Amino acid sequence: MPNSAKKAAVLEVIGVTKQFRGKIAVDCVDLQVANGEFLSILGPSGCGKTTLLRLIGGLEKPDRGRLVLNGQDITNLSAHKRNVHTVFQRYALFPHMNVFDNVAFGLRCKKIHENETRSRVEEMLELANLKGQGHRAIHTLSGGEQQRIALVRALVNLPKLLLLDEPLGALDLKLRLQLQQELVAIQKRVKTTFVFVTHDQQEALNMSDRVAVMNQAKVEQIGTPNEIYEFPKTLFAASFVGGINRLDGVLRIDEGGRCICEVEGLGGFFVEPPTEYRQAGVKGLICLRPEKVTLFSRRPSTIENVVEGTIRSQSYLGTHTQFEVLIKNGGVISVFQQNTQKLAKKVFQVNDKVFMGWQASLSHFFSYQALK
Amino acid sequence: MSIQPKTFRTTPFSIAAWIWAASLVVAPLLYIVSISFLSRGPYGGVQSPLTLTNYTRMTDGSMALTLLLSLGRSVALAGFSTVLCIFVGFPLALFLVFRAGRWRNALFFLLIIPFWTNFLIRTYAWMVILSDNGWLNHVLEILGLGPQYLHWLFTPQAVLLGMFYNYLPYMAMSLYVSVEKLDTKLLEAAADLGAGPVRRFFQVTLPLSVPGLVAGSIMVFIPSLGEFVIPDILGGGTNLFVGNLLAQQFLTVRHWPFGSALSVILIILIGACLVALEKVTKGHSEDLIA
Ligand SMILES: Nc1ncnc2c1ncn2[C@@H]1O[C@H](COP(=O)(O)OP(=O)(O)O)[C@@H](O)[C@H]1O
Ligand SMILES: [Mg+2]
Repeated sequence: MPNSAKKAAVLEVIGVTKQFRGKIAVDCVDLQVANGEFLSILGPSGCGKTTLLRLIGGLEKPDRGRLVLNGQDITNLSAHKRNVHTVFQRYALFPHMNVFDNVAFGLRCKKIHENETRSRVEEMLELANLKGQGHRAIHTLSGGEQQRIALVRALVNLPKLLLLDEPLGALDLKLRLQLQQELVAIQKRVKTTFVFVTHDQQEALNMSDRVAVMNQAKVEQIGTPNEIYEFPKTLFAASFVGGINRLDGVLRIDEGGRCICEVEGLGGFFVEPPTEYRQAGVKGLICLRPEKVTLFSRRPSTIENVVEGTIRSQSYLGTHTQFEVLIKNGGVISVFQQNTQKLAKKVFQVNDKVFMGWQASLSHFFSYQALK
Repeated sequence: MSIQPKTFRTTPFSIAAWIWAASLVVAPLLYIVSISFLSRGPYGGVQSPLTLTNYTRMTDGSMALTLLLSLGRSVALAGFSTVLCIFVGFPLALFLVFRAGRWRNALFFLLIIPFWTNFLIRTYAWMVILSDNGWLNHVLEILGLGPQYLHWLFTPQAVLLGMFYNYLPYMAMSLYVSVEKLDTKLLEAAADLGAGPVRRFFQVTLPLSVPGLVAGSIMVFIPSLGEFVIPDILGGGTNLFVGNLLAQQFLTVRHWPFGSALSVILIILIGACLVALEKVTKGHSEDLIA
């Protein structure tokens, strides 16, 4: 039944909480990881990502909550008995063993026959692009090679779940981008479930099937990269993933029953807040992604929200141009415009007066009440 | 552990170091070596005719036997002491680093405190504890085991106990330094890969503690080899160790040239042991790298 297996959760994290000396590191986290998926946990440094991963791996014990792996409660199972393996933040390769013995470590713990161990390790070394280099010492490997050995050292044990703690964090940008691709390719090939921790939103968006956004010990939103980016549920999710422009205001309802956010000094803008905040007097924020705004040299008549401003700066980036536009209340709105036409000259100049327009459905409204 | 050429640069500091080494290490050694080729004076001093008799004397019958027996005892005692110190010192170091938590420094301090008392006093204290009507037997009598339950003083076990007690801190300290440097992430990685506590110890902790183990063993084994005070006090001088033989020549018989010759032989043996150990551990650390 591949279909139902696909849907079945490999891991369920149920209300897991962990404190260190009274300081909450993981706060009542609920998480379901489906079989074979690539789930990223995305959040700023110190938000509790590593702690959550250590709880799943069994290196920390939760104060409250349960962990269920493949239907079996593993909350009280010690780390070495869990069929979950980790790629550590700084790899933690054994310095006194060569590459082969590092990769073989897990199999030898399971007392797998030495012949089988050898063939499985060689297979993994091939996967890591280090075929036939098992005799090398760890300190002779480059950063990227160490990263790949750390990966296959965990993968060779065919874990139900592979945990990766910022595995690309220590690498330079170019290698990072290359290894992002490799990692996804490997995951598709071995079909192992990955839980991947990162603080880099690009990395999370481009690699994952689903992303869990974490902030201050809590998981704020879980969804596909598209959902997270286009339909953020919280201001934090909206601002941590991608850039946003913010406009402060108060809601009112017009005769047609539509919500309008009155922004001081700029006027009213149509918004579509979640139902519970759809009432007059609610204070909040309009959030607007730079690429959702269109620039016009004359006031457009067909677009419901328009704000006037003066271009303060622009940078031409080939695929798109980035503008910083000064608006009347003193704020700045950044706008990305696709360069869809072939033009030899700039369309707008600095200090040009422009109009920025967007449809209400392209913006987000977050109530300040929800932020508390 | 190769010495870089720049160490030999003649900065004022290195000159001072060389003078220090020359006057405190090389000069006494040369002095001992040169006396060993002289003869004994009528009142115990040294006098001129150069001779090899101090060395040839070691090879004749009864002296050779005494020498070999005492050397064997010394090596055995030093070996047992080292092993005992490892077996107790390793768990102690592991406990201090991983389990003691905020008591770590206090406990470490306790380990060092005995060193504030003179070595002789500490050893005589053991005599008081171990003697037939000593504290240990009093305690055992109170516990109902009868009067003078143990006869420990002047036995080889008492000597071993005294050696162990005096040398344990050296072993524990050098192991502590090694274990403290151990990256706990590696132990977590091992656990994560399925290694239980025993496997974690033998595959990660132990191999990465080899430097401390070697340093500690050197610090225990070599002084133990020449030890004569503890066997005298706690062993009653019934068995002759190399140290006793040496001390006798210098203090009782007052035959300095022969004592010096014995010292030279002992120094050569210890040097050979160190070279062998260096070879073994170097091979080991090359295993780690290659
Ligand atoms: N062993 C620990 N003892 C005390 N505090 C800890 C410990 N581990 C983590 N913390 C704290 O928990 C919080 C979350 O840490 P961590 O999970 O490492 O965050 P992240 O991986 O997201 O950067 C931090 O404030 C950190 O200081
Ligand atoms: Mg972390």
